[in-house]
Amino acid sequence: MIRLAACLLILLTSCSPTADVTLPDDAIATKDLQSGSAFLTEETRALQEDDFENPGLLWVERGADLFVDTSASSKSCADCHDEQLKGVAASYPQLDELSAELVNLEKRINLCRARHQDLPELTYESDDLLALTAYVANQSHGAPITVAVTEETRASYEAGEAYFYTPRGQFNLACNQCHNENWGKKLRGDTISQGHGNGFPAYRYEWQSFGSLHRRLHDCDTGVRAEPFTLGSQTYIDLEYYLAVRANGLPVESPAIRR
Amino acid sequence: MAVTVVSLSACENARTDTLIQSSQIQDDALPEPLIDIEGEAKEGEQIFDSRDAGHCVLCHQINGLDVEFQGDVGPELTGVGARLTPGQIRLRIVDYQRVQPGVTMPSYYRIHDLNQVGEEFEGQPVLTAEQIEHLVAFLSDQKG
Ligand code: HEC
Repeated sequence: MIRLAACLLILLTSCSPTADVTLPDDAIATKDLQSGSAFLTEETRALQEDDFENPGLLWVERGADLFVDTSASSKSCADCHDEQLKGVAASYPQLDELSAELVNLEKRINLCRARHQDLPELTYESDDLLALTAYVANQSHGAPITVAVTEETRASYEAGEAYFYTPRGQFNLACNQCHNENWGKKLRGDTISQGHGNGFPAYRYEWQSFGSLHRRLHDCDTGVRAEPFTLGSQTYIDLEYYLAVRANGLPVESPAIRR
Repeated sequence: MAVTVVSLSACENARTDTLIQSSQIQDDALPEPLIDIEGEAKEGEQIFDSRDAGHCVLCHQINGLDVEFQGDVGPELTGVGARLTPGQIRLRIVDYQRVQPGVTMPSYYRIHDLNQVGEEFEGQPVLTAEQIEHLVAFLSDQKG
C-alpha cells in the first residue's frame, strides 16, 4: 500500500524531473487525501464557495488593485504578467533559478518587486503582501497542486520532512502524530485535519482575519508550546514545500476559510 | 519497504537532567507519589477538565463527566481505575513516552530531552507534582 502511494506520487509529479522520494510508513495514501475544507461545517464550506460572501475575497480584490498599481513604480505587476499567472501558484514553492533558493509565493512577489519594480520588500504578513499573494493564488483556484522534488530541492524537501516528523515543544508532539495518525479524530469539538496548506492564504475564524500558511504553522508550533520560527523563515518555507509535495493533487483553494 | 527519514539533529539546548530516576520505575509503573500529599479526586477532576490546567478532555472522554465535546485521540478513561493501578496511571501522566515511545500524549512531568521548547516553558514540566497526584486520585476513582 505504501509502495503504491510512493509510485502514485512519482507518477503525479512526473511531468518534471522528480528525484525518488521515499514515503514514510504513516504517509496518507493519495486516494485518501482530503483538503481542510472537508473538515468544516456545511455552512462554512458554503461560505467559502460563495463568490460574494467569502471574506477572503476582500484581500483578493485588494490584490487585484495592487497588481495594476503604478503609483510607486513605473512598472506594475500587470505590465509583465497578463494572463500568465493562471495555474502558477499550484507549483509553488519553487526553485528561484537566479539565487538557487527555494521560494514561496510571498518570496517570489518580493523578488519581483526588488528585481523588476525597484520597490522595497513588503513585510511578511502585511495586508499588501497577503493581498497580492491571495490574488495570485486565486488565479490557480481549483488547479491541482503539482510540486516536484528535484536534485536541487531535495535537501529542502528533506528538511521539511524532518521538521514534520520531529517532536517539539513542552508537549513533545510532532506534526505527523496529529495530521497523519489521528486526522478525523476529535480534539474537544474540533476534528483534526490532515494539515494541508492548499487553502492558504486563508481567512481563519480564530484570527478573525486573513493570514498566511506560515502564520498557521506558527500557531501549531505555539500550540505544542514550541518556540516558533519567524514567518518567512527558510525553515517554514522548507516545511511549506514538504507540505505541498505531500498534498500533490489537491486543488488550490485560496482564499479558503478555516477554523 | 519505506523507511522513515527522521533524523533528530535538533535538541541543541535539550536538558538531560531528569525529574524522575529510572530506579523509581517498576515495570510500567511509578508506585511512589511524586510529593508527600494526599491526592484529592475533586481537585483532580478540575485539573482534568480545565483548559488552564491538564485539559485532558482535549483527547479523553469519561462517561458522566460534565464537560461538552470531549476528544477521542486517546482512549476513553471511564473505568480506568479498574484497569490500571495508581502507579501505572502516575507513570502514564508523568512520561508516557517511557512506556510507549512515540505515543500521541504529552509527558506532563518531564524536562529532559525535549526539543525547541518555547522560551516561557523552558525547564518547567507541564503540570506540578501536586497536580499530578490529584489527577492520579481522580482517575484511580474511576472504577467504571
Ligand atoms: C494529545 C492527546 C492527549 C492528551 C492531551 C492526553 N492524552 Fe492521555 N492518552 C492519549 C493517547 C493517544 C493514549 C493511548 C496510548 C496508547 O496507545 O496506549 C493515552 C492514554 C492515557 C492513559 C492510559 C489509558 C489506558 O487505558 O491505558 C491515561 C491514564 C491517560 N492517557 C491520562 C491522561 C491525562 C490525565 C491527561 C491530562 C493530564 C491526558 N491523558 C492527556 C492522548 C492524550
